Amino acid sequence: MAQAKVSSSFINNLGKIYAGYAGGFIFFVLVLAVLEQMGVSNRIIGYCFVFLTIGVYAYIGILSRTMELSEYYVAGRVVPPFFNGMATGADWMSAASFISMAGGLYLAGYGGLGYVLGWTGGYVLVGVLLAPYLRKFGQFTVPDFLGVRYEGNTARICGVVVLICASFTYIVAQCFGIGIITSRFLDIPFEVAIFVGLVGILVCSMLGGMRAVPWTQVAQYIILIIAYLTPVVWLSYKLYGNPIPELSYGQALTEIAQLEQKLGITKPHVGAYVDAAGKFSWVEFNNFWALVLTLMIGTASLPHILMRYFTTPNVRDARKSVGWSIFFIFLLYFTAPAYAAFAKLEVYRNVIGQKIAELPAWVQNWSQVGGLLTIKDNNGDGILQLGEFIINQDIIVLSMPEIAGLPYVISGLVAAGGLAAALSTADGLLLAIANALSHDIYYKMIDPKASTMRRLTVARVLLVGVAIIAAAVAGTRPAGIIQMVAWAFSLAAAGLFAPLVLGIWWKRTTAAGAIAGMIVGFGVCAFYLVGTRYFEMPLWFGIRNISSALFGLPLAFLVTWAVSLMTAEPSKEMQAFVDSIRIPKGELAWVKGVTHE
Amino acid sequence: MAELTPAQRDAYWKKTSRLMWIIMTLWVIFSFVIPAFAVQLNEIVIGGFPLGFYMAAQGSLISYVVLCFWNAYAQNKTDEEFGVAEE
Repeated sequence: MAQAKVSSSFINNLGKIYAGYAGGFIFFVLVLAVLEQMGVSNRIIGYCFVFLTIGVYAYIGILSRTMELSEYYVAGRVVPPFFNGMATGADWMSAASFISMAGGLYLAGYGGLGYVLGWTGGYVLVGVLLAPYLRKFGQFTVPDFLGVRYEGNTARICGVVVLICASFTYIVAQCFGIGIITSRFLDIPFEVAIFVGLVGILVCSMLGGMRAVPWTQVAQYIILIIAYLTPVVWLSYKLYGNPIPELSYGQALTEIAQLEQKLGITKPHVGAYVDAAGKFSWVEFNNFWALVLTLMIGTASLPHILMRYFTTPNVRDARKSVGWSIFFIFLLYFTAPAYAAFAKLEVYRNVIGQKIAELPAWVQNWSQVGGLLTIKDNNGDGILQLGEFIINQDIIVLSMPEIAGLPYVISGLVAAGGLAAALSTADGLLLAIANALSHDIYYKMIDPKASTMRRLTVARVLLVGVAIIAAAVAGTRPAGIIQMVAWAFSLAAAGLFAPLVLGIWWKRTTAAGAIAGMIVGFGVCAFYLVGTRYFEMPLWFGIRNISSALFGLPLAFLVTWAVSLMTAEPSKEMQAFVDSIRIPKGELAWVKGVTHE
Repeated sequence: MAELTPAQRDAYWKKTSRLMWIIMTLWVIFSFVIPAFAVQLNEIVIGGFPLGFYMAAQGSLISYVVLCFWNAYAQNKTDEEFGVAEE
C-alpha cells in the first residue's frame, strides 16, 4: 500500500501544531472581543469570523496539494487515531447537530433524545462489526468492497446508487444549514448565502481531496468545540457557579419542572414518550426506538463515515480511531441537552408569563429577524402565554450567547463553529460522492485504463457539479435540516448495512443474495419515504418517515439470507478472501478485483 | 498469508465472535432495554436528573465510549494472543 510522502516531522508534531492553532484561534477571538468593545460593528465581526475561518481551511487545503492517488482518496493512510477521531467528530457534527439538535431537544424534551442516542450509539456497530475489516480490505471506497465481495459491477452499482441517494440528501441538508448561518451573519439573502457557503466548501475539498480533509477537519473540530462549549459553560457558571454544564443542568431540570407546574404547561420536558397533553403514548414510544435504530444503523452504513477508517495506518488503529471518534462526538452530544435545558429555563423564567412590552433583549432582537421567533398576543391580555411564543428550533444555539448575556463576539464565535460543522460534513460527503462517481463508476466501470491525472480531474469536476446541484436543491427547502438528515440515514441503513455486515460475518452470503437484499431494502425504504413525503401516503403503524429504514432493513436481511441460501455457495477463493479479511495480519487472499494500490 | 492452521483460525474467530456478541448485547441493553423503562426510571431523581432522562442523555452515551475503547483494547489483545496482529 503506497505510503504517503507526508513529512514525518508533521505527523510527530501534530500535537504541538494543533495546540498552537487552538491558541491562535483563541487569541483571534480575544482580538475581536476587544474590537467589539471599541465599537467595531457586529456586521464586520461577523464577516471576520466567516472569512477568516474559511481562509484557514483553504490554506490547509493548499498546503496539502497533491496528485498522488492514494493520498487523494485516503490521506496516505497516516492519520493517527486520536486526530482521525477529532476529524470524524467534525465530519459527524454537521449543521444539523450543531445548530438544530439543541433546538430539537428544547422543543421535544425527552423525545428529542432519540437523536442523541441514535447519532452516538452507531459507532459501537462501526467499531465492532465493520471498521477493522474494511480497513483490512484496504481499498478506497465502500462500493469497492461490495464490488469485490459480491463479484462484480451489479453489486458495485447498487452500492453507488444507495451511496449517492443517501449522501446527496445529506448534503442538501448541509447546504441548507450553511445557507442559514451565512445569510444570518453576512446579512445576505438565503439563496445567495448558500452559494457563498458552497464556494467555501469547494475551496476546502477541491484542493487536496481526502488528503487535506482530515487535517482541515481537525482544525474545524477545534473551532466547533470551543464555539459550542463557551456559551453554555458561561451560562452554567452564571446560573449555578458550576462551570460544567453537563453536570449542572440537573438543577435546571428541577426548576423547569416547577415552572411547568406554575405555568400550567402540560408536556413535561423530561417526560418519556408523552404526547402534547403529557400522557404516555405508544406512538411516541415506537417512534423513539424506531428512530434510534434507524440512526444507529445508518451511522454504520454511511460510506463517508466508513471511509474515515480507510485513512488510519492499520487495523489496530482503525479500532482505536473509532473509540476516539465516539469520544469527541460524545463531548458535543452530551452538552446539547444542557443547551436545551438552559434555554427552556430562560424562556419559562423570564419570557412566558411576562408582560409582552417587557420581554428580554434577546427576544426583541430575534423577533426582528424574519420568521424565526414570533410573538403574537392572541388573547390581547398583554401577557405572553406559551402558545403565543413560537421559536424556531434552529435559533436556540445561535441565541444562547445573548441569553447568557455574552458580547456579540461570542455569537460570531458560535456562527464560526456552526460553519465549521457544516463545512466539515459537507466536505466529507462531497468527497464520498465524487469518489463514488469517479472511482467506482468512471474508473472501475467506464475507463479502467484512465491515468491518475484523468481520474483526479474527473473526481474534481464531479465534485463541483454535485455541489452546485445540491446547493440549488437546498434553495427549494425540501424539509427541516434534521428531517433530511434522518432520511439520508434511513436510505443508507436500509441499503447498505445488510450486505456489509453479512459480507464480513457470514461467509455463506452470495452475490445474488446481497444484491437482492440491497434492492429490496433500499427500495422499500425509498418507497415509504417518497410516498409519505410527496404522495400523502398514510403512515404505517404511525412510524414517521424519518425512520423509514424500519421497514427496509429487516427485509434486506431476510431477503439476503433467503436468496443466499437459494443460490450456490461462494467459491473457495471467495471464502478464503473473507477469511483473510477477518485477520489483521497478512495479505488479502486474491479474488477478482483485489488490487494493491 | 498469515501462517495459521485452520484450527487456529477458527479459534481466533470464535474468540472474536464471542467478544462481538457480548458487546452487541450490552449495546442493545443500553440502546433499547434501558430506554424502554424510561418512564419507570424517571421516578428516581439524582442531582436533579430523572434517571430515565439521564440515561438517554448521558448514561448510555458514556457506555458507548466505554464499549468502543474496550472493543479496541480487548480485540487488539486477542490479535496478539493468536499472533495475527500486524507488525
